[in-house]
Amino acid sequence: MSGRRPVVYSDTTAPLRERTREALADDALAANLRAAGASWGAARTRISAENPFAEMRARAREIRRGDIGDLPELLARLEERVTAAGGVVTRAADADAACRYITDLAAARGATLVAKSKSMATEEIKLNEAIEESGLRVVETDLGEWILQLAGQHPSHIVAPAVHLNKEQVRQVLMAESGWELPTDREALVAHARTRLREVFASADIGISGVNFGVAETGTICVVENEGNARLVTALPRIHVAVMGMERVVRDWDEAAHILQILPMAAIGDDAAGYVNLITGPRAPGEADGPEELHLVILDGGRSALLGTDLEEALDCIRCGACLYSCPMWRSVGGQAYGSPYSGPIGSVLTPLLEGMEGERSSELPFMSSLCGSCHDACPVGIPLHDLLVRVRARVTTTAHRRDRARFRLWSRAWSNPAAYRLSVAMARIGLRLAGRRGWARRLPGPGAEWTSQRDLPTRWPPTPPR
Amino acid sequence: MRAMLMRTCLSDVMAPSVWRATRTVLERAGVEVSVPRRQTCCGQPGWSSGHPDQARRVARTALAAFAGDDPVVVPSGSCAAMVRHGYPELFAGQPEEEAALAMAGRTREFTQFLAEHGLDTGARGSGSATYHDSCHMLRLLGERESGRAALRAVEGVELREMEATDVCCGFGGTFSVNFPEVSGRLGEEKARHAAATGADELIACDLSCLMHIAGRARRTGVPLRVRHIAEVLAG
Ligand code: SF4
Repeated sequence: MSGRRPVVYSDTTAPLRERTREALADDALAANLRAAGASWGAARTRISAENPFAEMRARAREIRRGDIGDLPELLARLEERVTAAGGVVTRAADADAACRYITDLAAARGATLVAKSKSMATEEIKLNEAIEESGLRVVETDLGEWILQLAGQHPSHIVAPAVHLNKEQVRQVLMAESGWELPTDREALVAHARTRLREVFASADIGISGVNFGVAETGTICVVENEGNARLVTALPRIHVAVMGMERVVRDWDEAAHILQILPMAAIGDDAAGYVNLITGPRAPGEADGPEELHLVILDGGRSALLGTDLEEALDCIRCGACLYSCPMWRSVGGQAYGSPYSGPIGSVLTPLLEGMEGERSSELPFMSSLCGSCHDACPVGIPLHDLLVRVRARVTTTAHRRDRARFRLWSRAWSNPAAYRLSVAMARIGLRLAGRRGWARRLPGPGAEWTSQRDLPTRWPPTPPR
Repeated sequence: MRAMLMRTCLSDVMAPSVWRATRTVLERAGVEVSVPRRQTCCGQPGWSSGHPDQARRVARTALAAFAGDDPVVVPSGSCAAMVRHGYPELFAGQPEEEAALAMAGRTREFTQFLAEHGLDTGARGSGSATYHDSCHMLRLLGERESGRAALRAVEGVELREMEATDVCCGFGGTFSVNFPEVSGRLGEEKARHAAATGADELIACDLSCLMHIAGRARRTGVPLRVRHIAEVLAG
């Protein structure tokens, strides 16, 4: 394996703006996103009214700030307790190291089939590609993820990966896979998927899951889900490999209980998740079930570089997906346009941080925000995402941003001088008067062209009313 | 009572009537208003575009122009948020840190200033209006009420709420020209929600949002009149 695996997807070659344009032209996508955003919004409003959400959020923020502050210590404790329970812990510095550990393990155990449950960390390191490159078969068992695997698509949402597709689109994917004619109702499609996936659970040698958080106190791995597939993936195969971003650790069960409560509230507007799997070590002598081996892969992948910086709060994230649903930009274009496993506001912060600021494609992301702050409002751990976006913008080093910096240098020179400022204002007002016809400009040259590509510009104020 | 008026660069360029109306309203309410001549811009365009050094350079002129103890009043939630929320970070560890914190502490968005001091504008009007929550006002300043209260106080004007008032109009400063298509889509949605109330006018505390919404409305054929809240209060 060579070189670092980029976080952004390899098909993300077109500039972000072009991808947003394509997404905006897709009417089915717009309808799917509107429905998803509305149903999340309604559930979230209801649950926030029924619970003291503001206080719970303040407590969650306090917990996560504390955990990240003590991260090295908590990770060491987690490692110690998982090991004591019979698990094997490995720290992976980057995506390649994590993938290599897992493919080497699979080779050493003679595995042929890998069953996976939903995991953003494995998306981030592009584990499926690595497993397939090594000649094994890997099957996603989360319904949404499986559909995307069949369709050759990327997840568009952290929690609901296939939320950009509607029932009919899903049906088409499933029919193409099975070659059968399938009914149109939802229940029947889910039942069909269950049948197809059952053989995978039964014959997989390795089950790979993500980790919502590890509890340092007891070395317990929590996997939260709504379908029951992660329970099978972590229990049936001989070997369970859990892949965890290094920030996903909480101190003790007090904290875990609180996060377990607020996570589904934020994510799906419900006060409990369908399934909470708590895994402490592999099957112990005398126990009836569970895997023979448990491996915990703790991924750094650029995270430790954020510790102690003004971007550290990005590590507080519990991957609930609420900031995505709340984001007007995400709701307009969907997650696929972002070209990263992490979309929406947290994706726009995290992707360039993990990928490196030089990444032309990933460094466009922080600019696709109006900084409206609805993500901060939605975030159950109170991450000031709009502030982080501004801070990440300041660190971007792409050519476009360097050009932009040159322009802003001119701006600051002129506008830090009151006389020059007044002169530029006077000139701009003359320009406006010349550009306007009956109080409006329909097409502007130069830097104004992008403005008038979508809107008219009122050259008189208040604007001349419509006829 | 005395106050210094921050005109804002956008009002200077696009709509001097807005800052003049602000001055009129404040003076009618008995405030002694000064308009510092050496002011330029608060620095927000540079700051939010990821150029803090350039922003700081411009913001320093604001610190100098608005030195003193008098409150600073701004007819823009966004510029007020830049000073109140942005300056502490922009000037952290800088020689001007103390001055920046002090200015942040005495800067108020126009309608917040009216509400805080219980100022009566004695404004009259007629017809109906719908109110747009600009995001920085709503979420960075945490202010949902003062703009509405000022409108409700206008005799003869009926306030009608639109759907999804808390959703961004898509302006977003340079975002509007970096991703014009996404910005335009959101602006159109906002214009349609506003028009659907049947209100005569769309009113907001931020000129920037209004400029964007009105321009998008005109381009997409949505009938919509807009005015800044200061213009309504000035009558
Ligand atoms: S940033 Fe906050 S809202 Fe967004 S996914 Fe993370 S925890 Fe959820």
